[in-house]
Amino acid sequence: MKRLRTFLSSWEALLVVLLLLAIVLGSSLSPYFLTGFNVSSLTRDLMEKAIMALSMTLIIIAGEIDLSVASTLGLASVILGATWNAGVPLWLGMIIVLVVGATAGALNGLLVTRLGLPSLVVTLGTLALYRGLAYVVLGDQAVSDFPAAFTTFGFGSVPGTLIPWPFVVFVLLALVFMGVLHWSWIGRQIYAVGNNKEAARFAGIRVARLKLMLFVLSGLLAALAGIIFTARFSSARPDNALGFELDVITIVLLGGVNIFGGRGTLVGVILSLFIIGALRNALGLANVSGDIQNIVVGALLVFSVLGPNVAQYIQAALTRRRLAAGGSTKKV
Amino acid sequence: MTTTSKELEEVRTTPRVSQGRLVGLVSRVRELGLLIALLLIVVIVSVQVPRFLTVSNIEQILLSVAILAIVAVGETLVVLTRNVDLSVGAIVGFTAYVAADLFKQQPGTNLLVAILLGCVLGLVLGAINGLIVTVGRVPAIIVTLGTLYVYRGVDFVVAGGNQVSASDVPDSYLSLATTQIAGIPALILFAAAIALIFAYLLRSTRSGRQLYAIGSNPDAARLVGIRSNLLVFGTFLLSGLLCGFAGVLWGARFATVDATAATGLELQVIAAVVVGGVNIFGGSGTILGAMLGAIVLGTIDDALNLLKLSQFWLQAIDGAAILVAVTLDAFITRWLQRALIARRQR
Repeated sequence: MKRLRTFLSSWEALLVVLLLLAIVLGSSLSPYFLTGFNVSSLTRDLMEKAIMALSMTLIIIAGEIDLSVASTLGLASVILGATWNAGVPLWLGMIIVLVVGATAGALNGLLVTRLGLPSLVVTLGTLALYRGLAYVVLGDQAVSDFPAAFTTFGFGSVPGTLIPWPFVVFVLLALVFMGVLHWSWIGRQIYAVGNNKEAARFAGIRVARLKLMLFVLSGLLAALAGIIFTARFSSARPDNALGFELDVITIVLLGGVNIFGGRGTLVGVILSLFIIGALRNALGLANVSGDIQNIVVGALLVFSVLGPNVAQYIQAALTRRRLAAGGSTKKV
Repeated sequence: MTTTSKELEEVRTTPRVSQGRLVGLVSRVRELGLLIALLLIVVIVSVQVPRFLTVSNIEQILLSVAILAIVAVGETLVVLTRNVDLSVGAIVGFTAYVAADLFKQQPGTNLLVAILLGCVLGLVLGAINGLIVTVGRVPAIIVTLGTLYVYRGVDFVVAGGNQVSASDVPDSYLSLATTQIAGIPALILFAAAIALIFAYLLRSTRSGRQLYAIGSNPDAARLVGIRSNLLVFGTFLLSGLLCGFAGVLWGARFATVDATAATGLELQVIAAVVVGGVNIFGGSGTILGAMLGAIVLGTIDDALNLLKLSQFWLQAIDGAAILVAVTLDAFITRWLQRALIARRQR
């Protein structure tokens, strides 16, 4: 009973309500919203953001942020296209792309951990740098003659079902991430670092190395998302996934991860992933363009941090009033 | 008794004076370094392209930097208080469209009315940012990342896929960008005047100095009675106001405006401010530095153009410039701290 009550007042419960609201909104906007085909394509549309949100969750819990993920995705995509154009076999191209992604993440991580620079600024710089490099590699060209086997992985489904292949990749990754974050010592170290960096260091956690690994992981997953994105649209363009960082960060923060680090769960993040996905899909079915959909996502981003602050403020004010009225202090 | 207290005072004051001098020296070194870099670029490029150093080309560079510089003044104020405003590009784009569209709908509109409208719109958008940051206690980067997309989205709703082109607006509006006063383009004069006014206010008024205090140490600033929230709110307000004015100018300069105008401007502005030596942690930096930063980036842009190098490098260079600048600042700060500690121990 008590557990039920704590759940009902938790952020996750709010997310479940929001998700239900999004589904109600979607099915009222379009009769096609709740069809199996639409749910499948909604899920498929989300997977790049979903994969990047996994590593973003870990980074934000550790008290940092990575604004450069969408640019890394774009860079990965054009490098895959450029290597394929140059006659490099696709499997080798993918390995090169993953290495590039990890290197991009490592540059972020080194600047943050070695020089003590704020990750916000570093990754704002690399957001411009990596996107710029993507333009340098391909100019305003696009590569689109990828082999069918590769693109089928992007927009095909597991035979006989409506389950998109990228979703399978995401589920496997999500299971690994949940295991690591919630049931392993690495996860506990990440929370410790996010809660109190100094204390974590005194407790023997190698903070710099942990953060560096997280940034490398973020670059690696962004590159993987780049491969999936390229396969899905059968197109490598420098402006691929432009602005995706908004969605990824919104998904993580709306999922209840504290922007200052130390708190949050992957369950919340996965819930909020489908809230954003359902909202965008519903608005899309109602013929609302992506740029206008951004109003809703941008507002949700601000709300996801503002909401808890306001709730806390109201709670504090109520407590103060109760104290002033001479009531019981038991609940303080 | 008196002698001891005097001695104590002396002991206490000497390091403080030298500390101030040292900090001042560093910021001067920082701006000097930027000037040297600028000179190097100028020398290298003008050897290869003689046209680079002509008056008309210099005017061209300053013209291309002018609007960005106005926005950078507001951004500097925000960054000095240890905040950041990512929504500047969206505000400029939005006001540019609204101003240009006003002339399209009502060709007889007074220029001053349009400027006023742009400024008020900018103020309102800046006030929303400022309120959420100060009253809602949400980190500025989150707020302005969100409003970047919200403002741009509202711009798309308002524009509805339409475009205002040069033939839709009266010449009086376009002349805002093309008039010359005493042989100098008005745009450059606007930017210079705004930079000078704010440089003076920042340097010589109490509120201006308090912005530095807030950025250096927010908690200490609050403890000594500085009304941080009010001032931070004020900087977002001013940033919005300047963006609104810059938006009106943007419409006049580029004449063709749709909902995508000024997309990505925020990265250029932040690059200019950071390259100009304004510490991204707040607390140090000058308007003059930020202006220098904008001019350096504008000169690189122009040089690439004249050397016929790909324009695709531009964004990568902006990004690299941000990284190099913050890295350099980190080293300077570290060196400064070490020097100060050494001096204190002596």
